[in-house]
Amino acid sequence: MSDPQPTTTDAPLLELRDLTKHFPLTQGIVFRKTVGQVRAVDGVSMTLNPGETLGLVGESGSGKSTVAKLVMGLERPTAGQILYKGRDITAMSARELRDYRRNVQIIFQDPYSSLNPRMTVGDIVAEAWDVHPNSVARKDRGAQVRELLERVGLRADYANRYPHQFSGGQRQRIGIARALALRPEVIICDEPVSALDVSVQAQVINLLQDLQDEFGLSFLFIAHDLSVVRHLSDRVAVMYLGGVVETGDRDAIYEQAAHPYTQALLSAVPIHEPALRGSRERIMLSGDLPSPADPPSGCRFRTRCWKAQDVCAEEVPELVDRGQGHPSACHFAESRDLVPGSA
Amino acid sequence: MTSSLPTPAPSRTAPAPAEPPVLEVDDLAVEFRSRRRTVSAVNGISYSVRAGETLAVVGESGSGKSVGAQAVMGILDVPPARITSGQIRFRGDDLLTMSRKEQRAVRGPGIAMVFQDALSALNPVFTVGHQIGELFRVHRGASRGEAREKAIELMERVGIPAARQRVDAYPHQFSGGMRQRVMIAMAIALDPDILIADEPTTALDVTVQAQIMDLLSELQRETGMGMILITHDLGVVNEVADRVAVMYAGSIVENGTVDEVLAEPLHPYTQGLMASMPSLESHGDRLNPVTGTPPDLSAVPSGCAFHPRCPMARFGRAAAPGKDCARNVPVLREVVPGRTAACHYSEELEHE
Repeated sequence: MSDPQPTTTDAPLLELRDLTKHFPLTQGIVFRKTVGQVRAVDGVSMTLNPGETLGLVGESGSGKSTVAKLVMGLERPTAGQILYKGRDITAMSARELRDYRRNVQIIFQDPYSSLNPRMTVGDIVAEAWDVHPNSVARKDRGAQVRELLERVGLRADYANRYPHQFSGGQRQRIGIARALALRPEVIICDEPVSALDVSVQAQVINLLQDLQDEFGLSFLFIAHDLSVVRHLSDRVAVMYLGGVVETGDRDAIYEQAAHPYTQALLSAVPIHEPALRGSRERIMLSGDLPSPADPPSGCRFRTRCWKAQDVCAEEVPELVDRGQGHPSACHFAESRDLVPGSA
Repeated sequence: MTSSLPTPAPSRTAPAPAEPPVLEVDDLAVEFRSRRRTVSAVNGISYSVRAGETLAVVGESGSGKSVGAQAVMGILDVPPARITSGQIRFRGDDLLTMSRKEQRAVRGPGIAMVFQDALSALNPVFTVGHQIGELFRVHRGASRGEAREKAIELMERVGIPAARQRVDAYPHQFSGGMRQRVMIAMAIALDPDILIADEPTTALDVTVQAQIMDLLSELQRETGMGMILITHDLGVVNEVADRVAVMYAGSIVENGTVDEVLAEPLHPYTQGLMASMPSLESHGDRLNPVTGTPPDLSAVPSGCAFHPRCPMARFGRAAAPGKDCARNVPVLREVVPGRTAACHYSEELEHE
């Protein structure tokens, strides 16, 4: 398996420090006033090393997509830092920011709305070269587009077609070719396979793995499908209601989950092999995710947690190692192996 | 309020076959016609559901799994859709030969459906109590007050907290999981014999999905209704269904009990689907997915619709006589007792 701590550089490629994003809730049309804050991301720290895949797992409303937008520079953080090779992107000069944006690309979830229907596939893939004209010489662009399309498993002559002529899986491949066009170091994958059919999903997963090996890419892989995340990630961070509740090496998370939320998530994944049916302990969570505009005091998971006690309402649990070998944010953390047959 | 439940016994047995099926779909075919082309969405599918049994219909997008269910439910848009052949027998009577009024009288209380997207399936301008109660007013002649009480009762039964306070709330005031519970309350209101659940948990998070699937199983145990579960998720199939029909390009390609079909597929497509699933138990081994993409239904490949993607396909002289995958359409046949598959070479998969 891949080494979770590559030793090429001392600083991680990308580091989030106490990253926070609050969206104001406003009322009124003429006299807009702020009546509250949606705490979409609240003090998230994580690192991404060269050549590794960090899986970011969470349910809807956990803030994982907001993290992606912040890293891409599409939203400005309320507080905290995003360090790229040790430099904070919010303090970068225009020239540095250009370089950053060239090196950090994104693949979106929805292959239908993320491609401009009026542009040909060739123009979509080549568009970034207009913004960064020095990356590929104008005369080589046609050949480069064809090469990229072939690399992602499409035919080179598709360059002249339009997005509507393709299936969902093929469109996702176009999106991947576009992300690769500037030879980035990091690709943010925001639910890249969740809109695809099972067989096509597996093809795209294999393609992402091949591209990572070939180009030495780092992935921040955001998904709600825990099986896909386990398959692709070196390390995993689990988010709940704007905060990271547990993080660690993949096998540590899946085999010794310490946080009750991680345990509940793992236990809820349906098993598709008849021989293993019923072999996993079931933890049923009651209720829904609380509103991020009004999160519970103390531990945010306490309203759905079966271990919750008074201290959970009073004290916010820090994300620290509580004796399980990896950090978790629970006062009563204890490891539990919920995935049988994985040892 | 959370409990660690012991898991249900892993083995499943279908109810005694002596009892006749509640619903039988026989050789059903559905076409969509437009001026330019005709698309065969469903090509002669047959399945049956007994009381208390769950049949899963599995397939990727465009396989016809939802269109078939819509035909059973009588909610196809006609035109452009047209049922070109087949029977849909409910307790032995063919719905397709009845008048619309007779069909309504049978389907209304007999067959109910839960949809994937609860927000668009519920009417945004009426309260959920009104929408659940409507069933009692229309079908049972209940008064407004009675209907409201019934609605509250049902909301409690499907696990909506504070039902009495929330009965006058509108659909947008509920979370995704709670909306799906409202839909289920409407579906079970009239004690249907058959519940069709079309991707009931696809739009939901995994912890909520587990809650909803549990609720459906529990209601099924209580009422003994038969369930048709339409899904693309083999994990959900394995956890809740008794039997499974795998669809590809409008046809059923394999049919059998869940244990048999998922553990030892007799069709290369089923085998490919299983190999495409990353599992929580597996580490980063490479997946071995089906190549290519599902076909465009207006241009389904000749012979076996799956042959361009099939690793076992044989053509011309390499094929056995009458078993050229590009020319001869494989019929759904009994390969081993009680199990059918539509592949010329299923026997080769049998002992793998």
